[in-house]
Amino acid sequence: MNVVIKKIVSSILTILVVACLVFFAFSLIPGDPAVAKLGTQATPEKLQALRESMGLNKPVAVRFMEWIGGVLKGDFGTSYSYNVPVTGLIAGKLPVTVILTLYSFILMIVMSVFIAILAARYENSHVDKVIQIINQVIMSVPPFFGGIILTLIFGLGLHLFAPGGYVSYDINMGRFMGYMFWPALAIALPKSAMAFSLLYGGLITEKKKDYARTAYSRGNSTKDVFYKHLLKNACIPVVTFFGMALADMIAGSIVIEQVFGIPGLGRILLTSIQNRDYPVVEAIIVCIAILVIVSNLLVDVLYRIIDPRTAVAEGDK
Amino acid sequence: MKRAFKDFNFTLGLILTAIVLIPAIIGIFWTPYSTETMDNAMKMAGASLSHPFGCDNFGRDILSRVMAGTGTTLIIGLGTVFIGTLIGTIIGAFTGYYGGLVDDIFMRFNDVMFSFPSLLLALVFVAIMGSGRIQLLIALGIAFIPSYVRIVRAEYVRARNLDYVKSASLAGASDLRIMFVHILPNIVKVLINSILIGFNNAVLAEAGLSFLGIGVQPPVASLGRMLSDAQTYLFNAPGMALAPGLTLIVMVLGISLLGKSKVITDR
Repeated sequence: MNVVIKKIVSSILTILVVACLVFFAFSLIPGDPAVAKLGTQATPEKLQALRESMGLNKPVAVRFMEWIGGVLKGDFGTSYSYNVPVTGLIAGKLPVTVILTLYSFILMIVMSVFIAILAARYENSHVDKVIQIINQVIMSVPPFFGGIILTLIFGLGLHLFAPGGYVSYDINMGRFMGYMFWPALAIALPKSAMAFSLLYGGLITEKKKDYARTAYSRGNSTKDVFYKHLLKNACIPVVTFFGMALADMIAGSIVIEQVFGIPGLGRILLTSIQNRDYPVVEAIIVCIAILVIVSNLLVDVLYRIIDPRTAVAEGDK
Repeated sequence: MKRAFKDFNFTLGLILTAIVLIPAIIGIFWTPYSTETMDNAMKMAGASLSHPFGCDNFGRDILSRVMAGTGTTLIIGLGTVFIGTLIGTIIGAFTGYYGGLVDDIFMRFNDVMFSFPSLLLALVFVAIMGSGRIQLLIALGIAFIPSYVRIVRAEYVRARNLDYVKSASLAGASDLRIMFVHILPNIVKVLINSILIGFNNAVLAEAGLSFLGIGVQPPVASLGRMLSDAQTYLFNAPGMALAPGLTLIVMVLGISLLGKSKVITDR
C-alpha cells in the first residue's frame, strides 16, 4: 500500500513539473499576443493598455506564480481570442474527449480478448490464419483513415449512422453513445490489432502449461479454461500495453474528433494553436497531461491487483 | 539472399514497400502532372487513362499528388528517424553506460516524456515552433527521442557487465571507444527493428498532423492533407480519399512486414 501512496505523490509532482514546463515553453515563444490580437496597426497606447489588462507587463516569474496558483484552484486564466475564462471554455468539452477515450478503450479490450481467445482456441486452423492476416492489415490502418472508411461504408453506404450528425450528451445520451460508437471503433481497431497479437502470444504459451491441462482434467469446458484460467495469466504482460494504448487513445481522439465532427478538446486545441491563444493551449495540454498521468497510475495499481507478484517483488526492496 | 526470399514476410514486405517507395522516390524529382497547377475543366474528374486516380476538387492529378505527397512523407519520416536515433542513441549510450545520478534524473524525465503519446508531444512542439515541413521534422524528431533513449539505454545497461566490454576496458580502450566501437555494433539488430517501427510511427504521425492542418502546409502535397481535403467530397469522390489512404496503409504494412521478417530479426 505504501508503494501506491508513493506513486500517487510522484504522479502529483510529475503533473506540477509538466505544468511548469508547459508554461515556460509557451512564455519563450517570440511574438506579442497583444499585437496578435489588435493587429500591427494598433496604437502603442492601446497595446500597452491591453498588455496591462492581459497581465503581460509583469515579469515571467510573477505571471508564472499567478498562473500556477490559479491552476491549483482550477482557474486557467482568460482566453486571448474568446475573452472568456478558459476553464469554462474547456469544461464542457473535456467529458466528450474522456468518454470517447474510455469508449474506445473498452471496445479495444472486448474485441482483442474475444478474438484472441477465438484464434488461440483454434490455433493453426483456417480461422486462425484468416484472423492473423486481417489483423496485420488492420494494424497498419491509421485511425483517421479508418474513420473515413467507416464513414464511407457504414455511414454513406449502409446508412447505419448519419456522418456529421453528432448529438451532444446532454441532449440525448442514447443517440450520443450511438454516434460515438463509430469514432470509438476507428480509434480502437488498430490498437486492438496490437493487443490481439500480444494476447494471442500469451494465450498459446499459457495453454501448453500444466495448470491448463489440470483445469481440463477437472472437467472444465474449453471456454471456461480460456476465460477463467488462461486469460488472467495471458493478460499480465499486456496490461502495460493497455496503459500505453489508453494514453495514445487520448491523442487519437483529438484526431478522430476532426473526422467525425465531434466538438471535443481536439477542435478547440487546434483552433487555439492556429489563433496562438496560449492560455487555452496550455490548459488543454495540462488537462491531457493529467489524464495521461492518472491513467498510467491506474494501470500501475491494476497491475498489482492482477499480478500480486509485482507488489511482493517491489515490497522486498 | 536467396534464402531471404523464402521468408514470406520479407518477400511480401519488400514488394509492398517497393510499390509505394519507387513511385515516391520518382515523385520527388518528377511527376506526370504538376502537383500545384489547378485545372477547372478537370475538377473531380473520375479515373481515366490520362489520370489513373482521377483529379481532386481543384482539378489536380491525384496520382501526381500522391507520388509527391508520399515523397514528402518519406523525407519527413527518414529525417525524424535520423534525429530520434542519433540523439536517442547518444543519450541512451551515455546514461546506460555510466549509470548513477545523472542516469536517474534523465530516466525519470524520459519516462514522463515517454508516457506521453508522441503525436501529442509533436503537437506541443508544433504549437511552439509553428507549422511547416522543417518544423514538423524537428518536432517529430524530438518527440521520438524518448523511445530510442529507452531502447538504447536498456541495451547498454545489459552490455556494460558483459565480458567483451570488460576485456576491452582492461585492454585500455577509452569509454567512448567502448561505447561506440565495441557495444554499438552489437545493438544494431535491436536498433534496426526499432528504426523500422519508428519510421512507421513517424509516417503516421506526420499524416495525422497534416490531416489536422498543422503539419505540412498547402500547396505542398501531403498524404494527410489530401485525406482531410477529401473528407468534404467523400460522397461524390471517394477516390480522392482512397488513393492517399491506401498508399499510407500499403507503405506501413510493407515496412512492418519487413520488420517482422526473419531476415531483419535474426541477424
